[in-house]
Amino acid sequence: MSAVLNNPDTTALVWPRADFTQVPFGVHVDPKLFELEQDRIFHGRTWNYLGLESEVPNPGDFVTNYVGITSVVLSRAEDGKLHAFVNRCAHRGAAVVREKRGNSASHTCIYHQWSYDLAGNLLGVPYRRGINGNGGYPADFKTDAHGLEKLRVESYRGVVFGTFAHDMESLVDYMGEPVRQRFDELCSRPIKVVGYQRQLIRGNWKLYVENLKDCYHGALLHGFNSKFGMFRTSQRGSTVMAQNGLHCVLTTYGVKDEKMGNTYAKVETFKSQFQLEAPEVVKHFEEHADGMVSTVLSMFPTFVLAQISNHLGFRQCIPKSVDEFELVWINFEYADDTPEAVHARRMQGNLLGPGGYLSMEDAEALEIAHAAIQGEMGRGHAFIEMGGREFGDQTHLVTEVPIRAFWKGYCDLMGFEVKDA
Amino acid sequence: MNSQATTPSRPADTISTDLERRVVALNYHYAQCLDDGRLKEWPDFFTDDCRYLIHSRENLDCGLEGYWLYFENKPMLRDRVVSLTDVNIFHIHHERRFVTNVLVTGRDGDVWLARSNYMMMHTNNEGRSKIFSIGEYRDRIVDEGGVLRFRERLVVVDTFTVESHISNPI
Repeated sequence: MSAVLNNPDTTALVWPRADFTQVPFGVHVDPKLFELEQDRIFHGRTWNYLGLESEVPNPGDFVTNYVGITSVVLSRAEDGKLHAFVNRCAHRGAAVVREKRGNSASHTCIYHQWSYDLAGNLLGVPYRRGINGNGGYPADFKTDAHGLEKLRVESYRGVVFGTFAHDMESLVDYMGEPVRQRFDELCSRPIKVVGYQRQLIRGNWKLYVENLKDCYHGALLHGFNSKFGMFRTSQRGSTVMAQNGLHCVLTTYGVKDEKMGNTYAKVETFKSQFQLEAPEVVKHFEEHADGMVSTVLSMFPTFVLAQISNHLGFRQCIPKSVDEFELVWINFEYADDTPEAVHARRMQGNLLGPGGYLSMEDAEALEIAHAAIQGEMGRGHAFIEMGGREFGDQTHLVTEVPIRAFWKGYCDLMGFEVKDA
Repeated sequence: MNSQATTPSRPADTISTDLERRVVALNYHYAQCLDDGRLKEWPDFFTDDCRYLIHSRENLDCGLEGYWLYFENKPMLRDRVVSLTDVNIFHIHHERRFVTNVLVTGRDGDVWLARSNYMMMHTNNEGRSKIFSIGEYRDRIVDEGGVLRFRERLVVVDTFTVESHISNPI
Protein backbone atom coordinates (compact mmCIF):
# COMPACT_ATOMS: atom_id res chain seq x y z
CA MET A 1 0.00 0.00 0.00
CA SER A 2 1.42 3.40 -0.95
CA ALA A 3 1.33 6.74 0.76
CA VAL A 4 -1.17 9.14 -0.69
CA LEU A 5 -0.76 12.86 -0.96
CA ASN A 6 -2.52 14.37 2.00
CA ASN A 7 -4.24 17.09 0.06
CA PRO A 8 -7.74 16.99 -1.40
CA ASP A 9 -7.03 19.72 -3.96
CA THR A 10 -4.74 17.66 -6.13
CA THR A 11 -5.44 14.58 -8.09
CA ALA A 12 -4.17 11.51 -6.29
CA LEU A 13 -0.43 11.90 -6.73
CA VAL A 14 1.19 8.97 -5.03
CA TRP A 15 4.70 9.34 -3.60
CA PRO A 16 5.74 5.77 -2.96
CA ARG A 17 8.87 6.55 -0.96
CA ALA A 18 9.69 9.16 1.64
CA ASP A 19 13.32 9.18 0.47
CA PHE A 20 12.16 10.49 -2.92
CA THR A 21 13.88 7.74 -4.86
CA GLN A 22 10.55 7.35 -6.66
CA VAL A 23 9.08 10.62 -7.89
CA PRO A 24 5.63 10.25 -9.50
CA PHE A 25 5.65 11.29 -13.16
CA GLY A 26 2.33 13.01 -12.52
CA VAL A 27 4.18 16.02 -11.08
CA HIS A 28 5.06 17.00 -14.64
CA VAL A 29 1.63 16.64 -16.24
CA ASP A 30 -1.02 17.39 -13.60
CA PRO A 31 -2.75 20.70 -14.49
CA LYS A 32 -4.24 21.06 -11.00
CA LEU A 33 -0.80 20.78 -9.51
CA PHE A 34 0.41 23.48 -11.92
CA GLU A 35 -2.31 25.80 -10.59
CA LEU A 36 -1.44 24.96 -7.01
CA GLU A 37 2.20 25.78 -7.76
CA GLN A 38 1.21 29.26 -8.91
CA ASP A 39 -0.26 29.88 -5.45
CA ARG A 40 2.15 28.05 -3.20
CA ILE A 41 5.40 28.67 -5.03
CA PHE A 42 5.22 31.75 -7.25
CA HIS A 43 2.77 33.69 -5.08
CA GLY A 44 4.17 32.09 -1.96
CA ARG A 45 7.26 32.34 0.19
CA THR A 46 9.85 32.53 -2.57
CA TRP A 47 12.03 35.20 -4.12
CA ASN A 48 11.63 35.32 -7.91
CA TYR A 49 14.00 36.77 -10.50
CA LEU A 50 12.73 40.04 -11.96
CA GLY A 51 15.72 41.48 -13.78
CA LEU A 52 18.96 43.36 -13.29
CA GLU A 53 19.65 46.79 -11.86
CA SER A 54 21.60 47.46 -15.05
CA GLU A 55 18.47 46.82 -17.15
CA VAL A 56 16.64 49.67 -15.39
CA PRO A 57 19.36 52.18 -14.57
CA ASN A 58 17.39 55.44 -14.88
CA PRO A 59 14.14 56.77 -13.37
CA GLY A 60 11.24 55.75 -15.59
CA ASP A 61 13.04 52.66 -16.90
CA PHE A 62 11.05 49.46 -16.84
CA VAL A 63 11.21 45.86 -17.96
CA THR A 64 8.44 43.28 -17.91
CA ASN A 65 8.91 39.74 -16.72
CA TYR A 66 6.91 36.90 -15.23
CA VAL A 67 6.62 35.46 -11.75
CA GLY A 68 5.14 32.08 -12.50
CA ILE A 69 2.59 32.93 -15.17
CA THR A 70 1.84 36.36 -13.72
CA SER A 71 3.07 39.27 -15.81
CA VAL A 72 4.92 41.81 -13.69
CA VAL A 73 6.66 45.12 -14.27
CA LEU A 74 9.98 46.07 -12.69
CA SER A 75 10.14 49.84 -12.52
CA ARG A 76 12.66 52.46 -11.39
CA ALA A 77 10.94 55.40 -9.70
CA GLU A 78 12.08 59.05 -9.75
CA ASP A 79 13.75 58.66 -6.37
CA GLY A 80 15.81 55.74 -7.70
CA LYS A 81 13.91 53.10 -5.78
CA LEU A 82 12.88 49.89 -7.53
CA HIS A 83 9.27 48.76 -7.55
CA ALA A 84 7.46 45.79 -9.02
CA PHE A 85 3.77 45.36 -9.63
CA VAL A 86 1.38 43.03 -11.39
CA ASN A 87 0.77 44.04 -14.97
CA ARG A 88 -3.03 43.99 -14.88
CA CYS A 89 -5.20 47.09 -14.82
CA ALA A 90 -7.31 47.45 -11.69
CA HIS A 91 -10.22 48.53 -13.91
CA ARG A 92 -11.14 45.66 -16.18
CA GLY A 93 -7.98 43.61 -16.33
CA ALA A 94 -6.02 44.74 -19.38
CA ALA A 95 -2.24 44.49 -19.39
CA VAL A 96 -1.09 48.01 -18.64
CA VAL A 97 2.47 47.81 -19.97
CA ARG A 98 2.63 46.28 -23.43
CA GLU A 99 6.27 46.88 -24.28
CA LYS A 100 8.95 44.51 -23.12
CA ARG A 101 11.23 47.31 -21.93
CA GLY A 102 11.45 51.07 -22.12
CA ASN A 103 11.19 54.34 -20.25
CA SER A 104 8.06 56.19 -19.29
CA ALA A 105 7.08 58.89 -16.78
CA SER A 106 3.96 56.91 -15.90
CA HIS A 107 2.08 53.83 -17.09
CA THR A 108 -1.29 54.31 -18.74
CA CYS A 109 -3.68 51.59 -19.77
CA ILE A 110 -4.69 51.98 -23.41
CA TYR A 111 -8.26 50.87 -22.86
CA HIS A 112 -9.67 53.66 -20.61
CA GLN A 113 -6.51 55.64 -19.86
CA TRP A 114 -6.22 54.68 -16.20
CA SER A 115 -2.85 56.10 -15.28
CA TYR A 116 -0.41 54.67 -12.74
CA ASP A 117 2.79 56.04 -11.28
CA LEU A 118 6.14 54.27 -11.34
CA ALA A 119 5.31 52.39 -8.12
CA GLY A 120 2.00 51.12 -9.50
CA ASN A 121 -0.24 53.54 -7.58
CA LEU A 122 -3.27 54.87 -9.45
CA LEU A 123 -2.78 58.54 -10.35
CA GLY A 124 -6.08 59.24 -12.00
CA VAL A 125 -8.90 58.12 -14.26
CA PRO A 126 -10.89 59.97 -16.94
CA TYR A 127 -14.44 61.19 -16.19
CA ARG A 128 -14.15 60.56 -12.48
CA ARG A 129 -16.77 63.27 -11.94
CA GLY A 130 -18.60 62.64 -15.19
CA ILE A 131 -19.24 65.13 -17.98
CA ASN A 132 -21.81 67.89 -17.65
CA GLY A 133 -23.44 66.17 -14.74
CA ASN A 134 -23.66 62.79 -16.49
CA GLY A 135 -21.87 59.62 -15.44
CA GLY A 136 -18.72 59.51 -13.36
CA TYR A 137 -17.87 57.41 -10.38
CA PRO A 138 -19.84 57.33 -7.14
CA ALA A 139 -18.61 59.77 -4.47
CA ASP A 140 -16.86 57.01 -2.57
CA PHE A 141 -14.38 56.32 -5.38
CA LYS A 142 -10.83 56.44 -3.99
CA THR A 143 -7.78 56.24 -6.23
CA ASP A 144 -5.65 54.61 -3.56
CA ALA A 145 -8.03 51.65 -3.44
CA HIS A 146 -7.23 50.83 -7.07
CA GLY A 147 -3.46 50.53 -7.34
CA LEU A 148 -1.74 47.63 -9.02
CA GLU A 149 -0.86 44.68 -6.81
CA LYS A 150 2.67 45.14 -5.55
CA LEU A 151 5.57 42.81 -4.96
CA ARG A 152 8.29 43.37 -2.42
CA VAL A 153 11.59 43.96 -4.21
CA GLU A 154 15.15 43.33 -3.09
CA SER A 155 18.36 43.12 -5.01
CA TYR A 156 21.76 41.63 -4.34
CA ARG A 157 24.88 42.32 -6.38
CA GLY A 158 22.74 44.00 -9.01
CA VAL A 159 20.33 41.08 -9.44
CA VAL A 160 16.72 41.95 -8.60
CA PHE A 161 14.14 39.61 -7.09
CA GLY A 162 10.52 40.02 -6.05
CA THR A 163 8.07 38.26 -3.79
CA PHE A 164 4.34 38.36 -3.16
CA ALA A 165 5.00 37.30 0.44
CA HIS A 166 5.63 40.69 1.96
CA ASP A 167 6.57 39.30 5.37
CA MET A 168 8.95 36.58 4.29
CA GLU A 169 12.65 36.37 5.14
CA SER A 170 15.05 38.67 3.34
CA LEU A 171 16.51 37.76 -0.03
CA VAL A 172 19.93 37.12 1.49
CA ASP A 173 18.47 34.88 4.19
CA TYR A 174 16.46 33.04 1.54
CA MET A 175 19.60 32.46 -0.52
CA GLY A 176 21.59 30.89 2.26
CA GLU A 177 25.33 31.16 2.66
CA PRO A 178 26.47 28.88 -0.24
CA VAL A 179 24.32 30.76 -2.73
CA ARG A 180 25.27 34.18 -1.42
CA GLN A 181 28.96 33.30 -1.64
CA ARG A 182 28.64 32.33 -5.27
CA PHE A 183 26.90 35.63 -6.02
CA ASP A 184 29.80 37.40 -4.34
CA GLU A 185 32.34 35.44 -6.38
CA LEU A 186 30.68 35.98 -9.74
CA CYS A 187 28.80 39.27 -9.43
CA SER A 188 31.02 41.57 -7.40
CA ARG A 189 32.57 43.19 -10.46
CA PRO A 190 30.13 45.40 -12.40
CA ILE A 191 28.54 43.35 -15.13
CA LYS A 192 27.46 44.17 -18.65
CA VAL A 193 24.68 42.22 -20.36
CA VAL A 194 25.82 41.08 -23.79
CA GLY A 195 22.59 39.52 -24.96
CA TYR A 196 19.47 37.46 -24.37
CA GLN A 197 18.60 34.03 -25.70
CA ARG A 198 15.20 32.39 -25.42
CA GLN A 199 13.91 28.89 -25.99
CA LEU A 200 10.41 27.52 -25.81
CA ILE A 201 10.67 24.00 -24.45
CA ARG A 202 7.69 21.68 -24.56
CA GLY A 203 7.88 20.18 -21.13
CA ASN A 204 7.13 20.92 -17.50
CA TRP A 205 9.41 23.53 -15.90
CA LYS A 206 10.43 21.13 -13.18
CA LEU A 207 12.11 18.90 -15.76
CA TYR A 208 14.58 21.74 -16.23
CA VAL A 209 15.01 22.18 -12.48
CA GLU A 210 15.95 18.49 -12.30
CA ASN A 211 18.39 18.97 -15.18
CA LEU A 212 20.14 21.81 -13.31
CA LYS A 213 20.69 19.57 -10.30
CA ASP A 214 21.70 16.57 -12.40
CA CYS A 215 25.40 16.20 -11.75
CA TYR A 216 26.26 13.44 -14.13
CA HIS A 217 24.36 13.86 -17.39
CA GLY A 218 26.95 16.36 -18.62
CA ALA A 219 29.47 13.81 -19.83
CA LEU A 220 26.83 11.41 -21.13
CA LEU A 221 24.21 13.51 -22.92
CA HIS A 222 26.49 16.30 -24.11
CA GLY A 223 28.94 14.42 -26.29
CA PHE A 224 30.96 17.57 -26.96
CA ASN A 225 32.00 17.57 -23.29
CA SER A 226 33.65 14.23 -23.01
CA LYS A 227 35.75 14.67 -26.12
CA PHE A 228 37.39 17.90 -25.05
CA GLY A 229 37.91 17.31 -21.39
CA MET A 230 35.65 20.17 -20.49
CA PHE A 231 33.72 17.92 -18.22
CA ARG A 232 33.88 14.33 -17.15
CA THR A 233 31.86 12.77 -14.38
CA SER A 234 35.11 11.58 -12.83
CA GLN A 235 36.22 15.19 -12.48
CA ARG A 236 36.51 16.67 -9.02
CA GLY A 237 33.22 18.31 -8.16
CA SER A 238 30.79 19.06 -5.41
CA THR A 239 27.26 20.08 -4.64
CA VAL A 240 26.13 22.19 -1.76
CA MET A 241 22.44 22.56 -1.01
CA ALA A 242 20.58 25.32 0.76
CA GLN A 243 17.03 26.21 1.72
CA ASN A 244 16.02 22.63 2.46
CA GLY A 245 17.39 21.26 -0.81
CA LEU A 246 15.62 23.80 -2.99
CA HIS A 247 18.80 25.64 -3.95
CA CYS A 248 21.94 23.90 -5.16
CA VAL A 249 25.43 25.07 -6.02
CA LEU A 250 27.06 22.55 -8.33
CA THR A 251 30.77 23.04 -8.96
CA THR A 252 33.38 21.30 -11.07
CA TYR A 253 37.11 21.75 -10.82
CA GLY A 254 39.68 21.48 -13.56
CA VAL A 255 41.94 18.52 -14.01
CA LYS A 256 44.74 19.36 -16.36
CA ASP A 257 46.26 16.05 -17.27
CA GLU A 258 43.54 13.58 -16.73
CA LYS A 259 43.82 10.62 -19.04
CA MET A 260 40.80 9.67 -21.06
CA GLY A 261 40.76 6.17 -19.76
CA ASN A 262 38.61 3.14 -19.55
CA THR A 263 35.75 4.85 -17.79
CA TYR A 264 34.47 5.93 -21.15
CA ALA A 265 35.43 2.94 -23.24
CA LYS A 266 31.93 1.63 -23.55
CA VAL A 267 30.03 4.89 -23.50
CA GLU A 268 28.61 5.75 -26.90
CA THR A 269 28.96 9.48 -26.58
CA PHE A 270 32.74 9.30 -26.39
CA LYS A 271 34.03 10.17 -29.85
CA SER A 272 37.76 9.61 -30.03
CA GLN A 273 38.43 10.75 -33.60
CA PHE A 274 37.01 14.23 -33.29
CA GLN A 275 39.35 17.20 -33.36
CA LEU A 276 38.46 20.88 -33.39
CA GLU A 277 40.11 22.91 -36.15
CA ALA A 278 39.39 26.08 -34.22
CA PRO A 279 39.99 25.33 -30.55
CA GLU A 280 39.34 28.92 -29.52
CA VAL A 281 35.74 27.82 -28.87
CA VAL A 282 36.94 25.84 -25.85
CA LYS A 283 40.06 27.76 -24.88
CA HIS A 284 39.79 28.36 -21.15
CA PHE A 285 41.57 31.00 -19.09
CA GLU A 286 41.87 30.64 -15.33
CA GLU A 287 39.64 32.95 -13.38
CA HIS A 288 39.36 31.26 -10.05
CA ALA A 289 42.25 30.52 -7.72
CA ASP A 290 40.61 27.34 -6.45
CA GLY A 291 40.62 25.84 -9.95
CA MET A 292 36.86 26.00 -10.42
CA VAL A 293 36.05 25.53 -14.10
CA SER A 294 32.31 25.64 -13.95
CA THR A 295 29.49 26.25 -11.55
CA VAL A 296 25.73 26.06 -11.86
CA LEU A 297 23.82 27.70 -9.05
CA SER A 298 20.10 26.96 -9.17
CA MET A 299 17.98 29.02 -6.81
CA PHE A 300 14.39 27.98 -6.32
CA PRO A 301 12.13 28.34 -8.03
CA THR A 302 13.53 29.25 -11.42
CA PHE A 303 16.77 31.24 -11.24
CA VAL A 304 20.24 30.22 -12.36
CA LEU A 305 23.63 31.84 -12.06
CA ALA A 306 26.24 29.91 -14.01
CA GLN A 307 29.77 30.08 -15.20
CA ILE A 308 30.73 27.41 -17.71
CA SER A 309 34.45 27.76 -18.41
CA ASN A 310 34.58 31.53 -19.05
CA HIS A 311 30.99 31.92 -20.18
CA LEU A 312 28.92 33.86 -17.67
CA GLY A 313 25.18 34.08 -17.48
CA PHE A 314 21.97 34.15 -15.57
CA ARG A 315 19.06 31.99 -16.64
CA GLN A 316 15.40 32.13 -15.85
CA CYS A 317 12.91 29.37 -16.43
CA ILE A 318 9.44 30.82 -17.08
CA PRO A 319 6.58 28.30 -16.85
CA LYS A 320 3.87 28.99 -19.43
CA SER A 321 1.59 26.01 -18.79
CA VAL A 322 1.92 22.56 -17.32
CA ASP A 323 3.65 21.40 -20.51
CA GLU A 324 5.58 24.41 -21.70
CA PHE A 325 8.23 26.72 -20.35
CA GLU A 326 10.48 29.41 -21.71
CA LEU A 327 14.17 29.24 -20.89
CA VAL A 328 15.80 32.66 -20.93
CA TRP A 329 19.56 33.13 -20.95
CA ILE A 330 20.90 36.50 -19.84
CA ASN A 331 24.55 36.41 -20.84
CA PHE A 332 27.06 38.86 -19.43
CA GLU A 333 30.66 40.01 -19.30
CA TYR A 334 32.42 42.12 -16.75
CA ALA A 335 32.53 45.81 -17.54
CA ASP A 336 36.29 45.77 -16.92
CA ASP A 337 37.06 42.65 -18.99
CA THR A 338 40.14 42.91 -21.19
CA PRO A 339 39.59 42.59 -24.96
CA GLU A 340 41.11 39.10 -24.73
CA ALA A 341 38.63 38.07 -22.05
CA VAL A 342 35.74 39.51 -24.07
CA HIS A 343 36.84 37.56 -27.12
CA ALA A 344 37.22 34.33 -25.16
CA ARG A 345 33.76 34.71 -23.64
CA ARG A 346 32.30 35.39 -27.10
CA MET A 347 33.93 32.32 -28.57
CA GLN A 348 32.65 30.23 -25.70
CA GLY A 349 29.18 31.69 -26.28
CA ASN A 350 28.98 29.05 -29.01
CA LEU A 351 28.92 26.42 -26.30
CA LEU A 352 25.74 27.59 -24.58
CA GLY A 353 22.27 28.84 -25.42
CA PRO A 354 19.68 27.36 -27.78
CA GLY A 355 22.28 26.35 -30.36
CA GLY A 356 25.16 25.68 -28.03
CA TYR A 357 27.56 22.79 -28.53
CA LEU A 358 27.11 21.89 -24.86
CA SER A 359 23.48 22.76 -24.37
CA MET A 360 21.38 21.84 -27.38
CA GLU A 361 20.83 18.32 -26.12
CA ASP A 362 19.10 19.45 -22.94
CA ALA A 363 16.08 20.77 -24.83
CA GLU A 364 15.77 17.51 -26.76
CA ALA A 365 16.16 15.35 -23.63
CA LEU A 366 13.49 17.29 -21.74
CA GLU A 367 11.07 17.22 -24.64
CA ILE A 368 11.34 13.50 -25.20
CA ALA A 369 10.97 12.97 -21.45
CA HIS A 370 7.84 15.08 -21.43
CA ALA A 371 6.38 13.42 -24.51
CA ALA A 372 6.78 9.94 -23.09
CA ILE A 373 5.55 10.91 -19.62
CA GLN A 374 2.55 12.67 -21.07
CA GLY A 375 1.87 9.72 -23.37
CA GLU A 376 1.51 7.57 -20.29
CA MET A 377 -0.70 10.25 -18.69
CA GLY A 378 1.70 10.70 -15.80
CA ARG A 379 1.43 7.14 -14.58
CA GLY A 380 4.38 5.54 -12.86
CA HIS A 381 7.39 7.11 -11.30
CA ALA A 382 11.00 7.98 -11.93
CA PHE A 383 13.77 5.86 -10.44
CA ILE A 384 16.32 8.10 -8.77
CA GLU A 385 19.04 6.27 -6.86
CA MET A 386 22.33 7.31 -8.47
CA GLY A 387 24.57 8.25 -5.57
CA GLY A 388 22.49 6.30 -3.10
CA ARG A 389 19.36 6.87 -1.06
CA GLU A 390 20.67 9.29 1.56
CA PHE A 391 20.67 13.06 1.59
CA GLY A 392 23.46 15.56 2.09
CA ASP A 393 26.01 17.65 0.23
CA GLN A 394 28.03 15.65 -2.28
CA THR A 395 31.79 15.59 -2.81
CA HIS A 396 31.64 14.11 -6.28
CA LEU A 397 29.41 14.28 -9.36
CA VAL A 398 28.31 10.68 -9.80
CA THR A 399 25.04 11.43 -8.10
CA GLU A 400 21.37 12.36 -8.29
CA VAL A 401 21.12 13.23 -4.60
CA PRO A 402 20.53 16.95 -5.29
CA ILE A 403 17.53 15.99 -7.45
CA ARG A 404 15.96 14.04 -4.60
CA ALA A 405 16.83 16.83 -2.18
CA PHE A 406 14.93 19.22 -4.46
CA TRP A 407 11.84 17.00 -4.43
CA LYS A 408 11.93 16.82 -0.65
CA GLY A 409 12.14 20.60 -0.41
CA TYR A 410 9.40 20.94 -3.02
CA CYS A 411 7.00 18.67 -1.12
CA ASP A 412 7.72 20.51 2.14
CA LEU A 413 7.07 23.89 0.53
CA MET A 414 3.91 22.70 -1.20
CA GLY A 415 2.66 21.35 2.10
CA PHE A 416 2.50 17.76 0.87
CA GLU A 417 2.75 15.06 3.45
CA VAL A 418 4.81 12.15 2.22
CA LYS A 419 4.91 9.01 4.26
CA ASP A 420 6.63 5.82 3.35
CA ALA A 421 4.39 2.82 2.93
CA MET B 1 0.04 56.37 -51.11
CA ASN B 2 1.96 58.63 -53.44
CA SER B 3 2.94 56.58 -56.48
CA GLN B 4 5.93 58.86 -56.84
CA ALA B 5 7.16 57.90 -53.33
CA THR B 6 10.86 57.37 -53.35
CA THR B 7 12.11 53.83 -53.01
CA PRO B 8 15.17 53.29 -50.84
CA SER B 9 18.14 54.44 -52.91
CA ARG B 10 20.13 51.81 -54.68
CA PRO B 11 23.02 52.10 -57.05
CA ALA B 12 20.82 51.09 -59.95
CA ASP B 13 23.52 51.73 -62.50
CA THR B 14 25.97 49.27 -60.98
CA ILE B 15 23.62 46.42 -60.05
CA SER B 16 22.84 44.39 -63.11
CA THR B 17 19.97 41.97 -63.39
CA ASP B 18 22.62 39.34 -63.98
CA LEU B 19 24.11 40.01 -60.55
CA GLU B 20 20.73 39.95 -58.91
CA ARG B 21 19.96 36.65 -60.63
CA ARG B 22 23.27 35.23 -59.38
CA VAL B 23 22.57 36.35 -55.80
CA VAL B 24 19.13 34.74 -55.95
CA ALA B 25 20.75 31.55 -57.26
CA LEU B 26 23.36 31.67 -54.46
CA ASN B 27 20.54 31.80 -51.93
CA TYR B 28 18.67 28.94 -53.56
CA HIS B 29 21.78 26.75 -53.74
CA TYR B 30 22.57 27.49 -50.08
CA ALA B 31 19.04 26.59 -49.00
CA GLN B 32 18.92 23.46 -51.11
CA CYS B 33 22.32 22.30 -49.88
CA LEU B 34 21.17 22.46 -46.28
CA ASP B 35 17.66 21.12 -47.00
CA ASP B 36 19.25 18.13 -48.73
CA GLY B 37 21.38 17.49 -45.65
CA ARG B 38 24.62 18.13 -47.54
CA LEU B 39 26.04 19.83 -44.49
CA LYS B 40 29.64 19.16 -45.51
CA GLU B 41 29.20 21.52 -48.45
CA TRP B 42 27.92 24.38 -46.29
CA PRO B 43 31.36 25.92 -45.62
CA ASP B 44 32.00 26.12 -49.40
CA PHE B 45 29.50 28.96 -49.60
CA PHE B 46 31.83 31.11 -47.53
CA THR B 47 35.19 32.79 -48.05
CA ASP B 48 38.16 31.75 -45.91
CA ASP B 49 37.97 34.99 -43.92
CA CYS B 50 34.26 34.61 -43.39
CA ARG B 51 31.89 35.34 -40.54
CA TYR B 52 28.64 33.51 -39.89
CA LEU B 53 26.53 35.08 -37.20
CA ILE B 54 23.13 34.23 -35.80
CA HIS B 55 21.68 37.29 -34.07
CA SER B 56 18.31 37.70 -32.43
CA ARG B 57 16.20 40.67 -33.43
CA GLU B 58 15.77 41.39 -29.74
CA ASN B 59 19.52 41.81 -29.26
CA LEU B 60 19.86 43.78 -32.48
CA ASP B 61 17.12 46.19 -31.39
CA CYS B 62 18.70 46.57 -27.95
CA GLY B 63 22.10 47.27 -29.49
CA LEU B 64 23.62 44.20 -27.83
CA GLU B 65 26.41 42.23 -29.47
CA GLY B 66 25.76 38.83 -27.92
CA TYR B 67 25.36 36.69 -31.02
CA TRP B 68 23.70 33.34 -30.60
CA LEU B 69 26.27 31.67 -32.81
CA TYR B 70 29.47 33.47 -33.74
CA PHE B 71 31.80 31.85 -36.22
CA GLU B 72 34.60 34.13 -37.36
CA ASN B 73 36.50 31.90 -39.76
CA LYS B 74 35.97 28.91 -42.00
CA PRO B 75 37.53 26.33 -39.64
CA MET B 76 34.80 27.19 -37.15
CA LEU B 77 32.22 26.38 -39.80
CA ARG B 78 33.85 23.03 -40.47
CA ASP B 79 33.93 22.29 -36.75
CA ARG B 80 30.21 22.95 -36.58
CA VAL B 81 29.65 20.49 -39.41
CA VAL B 82 31.68 17.77 -37.77
CA SER B 83 30.07 18.29 -34.39
CA LEU B 84 26.56 18.16 -35.82
CA THR B 85 27.40 15.12 -37.89
CA ASP B 86 29.29 13.07 -35.33
CA VAL B 87 28.86 14.43 -31.82
CA ASN B 88 25.77 16.46 -31.05
CA ILE B 89 22.37 14.93 -30.47
CA PHE B 90 19.33 16.92 -31.50
CA HIS B 91 15.73 16.61 -32.56
CA ILE B 92 15.15 14.26 -35.47
CA HIS B 93 13.66 16.37 -38.21
CA HIS B 94 13.78 17.42 -41.84
CA GLU B 95 14.29 21.02 -42.83
CA ARG B 96 13.04 23.16 -45.66
CA ARG B 97 14.14 26.71 -46.20
CA PHE B 98 12.29 29.36 -48.16
CA VAL B 99 14.22 32.43 -49.25
CA THR B 100 12.37 35.37 -50.74
CA ASN B 101 12.56 39.13 -51.14
CA VAL B 102 16.13 38.91 -52.33
CA LEU B 103 17.61 42.33 -53.01
CA VAL B 104 21.11 43.54 -53.71
CA THR B 105 21.15 46.73 -51.69
CA GLY B 106 24.54 48.23 -52.41
CA ARG B 107 28.28 47.94 -52.71
CA ASP B 108 31.11 48.39 -50.23
CA GLY B 109 34.49 48.10 -51.93
CA ASP B 110 34.63 44.66 -53.50
CA VAL B 111 31.66 43.49 -51.47
CA TRP B 112 28.06 43.35 -52.61
CA LEU B 113 25.49 43.91 -49.88
CA ALA B 114 22.33 41.86 -50.06
CA ARG B 115 19.26 41.24 -47.93
CA SER B 116 16.58 38.60 -48.14
CA ASN B 117 13.87 36.99 -46.04
CA TYR B 118 14.01 33.42 -44.86
CA MET B 119 11.54 31.00 -43.43
CA MET B 120 12.77 27.68 -42.13
CA MET B 121 10.37 24.87 -41.46
CA HIS B 122 10.88 21.63 -39.57
CA THR B 123 9.07 18.36 -40.18
CA ASN B 124 9.34 15.79 -37.42
CA ASN B 125 9.62 12.03 -37.72
CA GLU B 126 5.86 11.73 -37.66
CA GLY B 127 5.47 14.01 -40.64
CA ARG B 128 4.21 17.11 -38.83
CA SER B 129 5.55 20.39 -40.11
CA LYS B 130 5.82 23.70 -38.39
CA ILE B 131 7.59 27.01 -38.84
CA PHE B 132 10.86 26.76 -36.96
CA SER B 133 12.27 30.21 -37.57
CA ILE B 134 11.75 33.33 -39.66
CA GLY B 135 13.95 36.34 -40.17
CA GLU B 136 16.32 37.88 -42.65
CA TYR B 137 19.76 37.40 -44.07
CA ARG B 138 22.10 40.39 -44.25
CA ASP B 139 24.92 39.38 -46.52
CA ARG B 140 28.30 40.62 -47.67
CA ILE B 141 29.04 38.79 -50.87
CA VAL B 142 32.22 38.67 -52.96
CA ASP B 143 32.93 37.28 -56.39
CA GLU B 144 35.82 34.80 -56.19
CA GLY B 145 36.78 34.04 -59.74
CA GLY B 146 33.22 33.87 -60.95
CA VAL B 147 31.84 32.15 -57.87
CA LEU B 148 29.80 34.19 -55.40
CA ARG B 149 30.55 33.46 -51.76
CA PHE B 150 29.55 34.98 -48.42
CA ARG B 151 32.24 36.95 -46.71
CA GLU B 152 29.64 37.48 -44.02
CA ARG B 153 26.20 36.05 -43.51
CA LEU B 154 24.38 37.68 -40.61
CA VAL B 155 21.16 35.85 -39.83
CA VAL B 156 18.76 38.13 -37.99
CA VAL B 157 16.23 35.90 -36.28
CA ASP B 158 12.76 37.40 -35.82
CA THR B 159 11.73 34.25 -33.95
CA PHE B 160 13.81 35.14 -30.92
CA THR B 161 12.09 32.56 -28.81
CA VAL B 162 13.48 29.46 -30.48
CA GLU B 163 11.33 26.39 -30.88
CA SER B 164 13.34 24.11 -28.62
CA HIS B 165 16.89 24.37 -29.95
CA ILE B 166 19.02 25.24 -32.97
CA SER B 167 21.09 22.52 -34.55
CA ASN B 168 21.78 22.97 -38.27
CA PRO B 169 22.71 26.35 -39.72
CA ILE B 170 19.91 28.68 -40.71
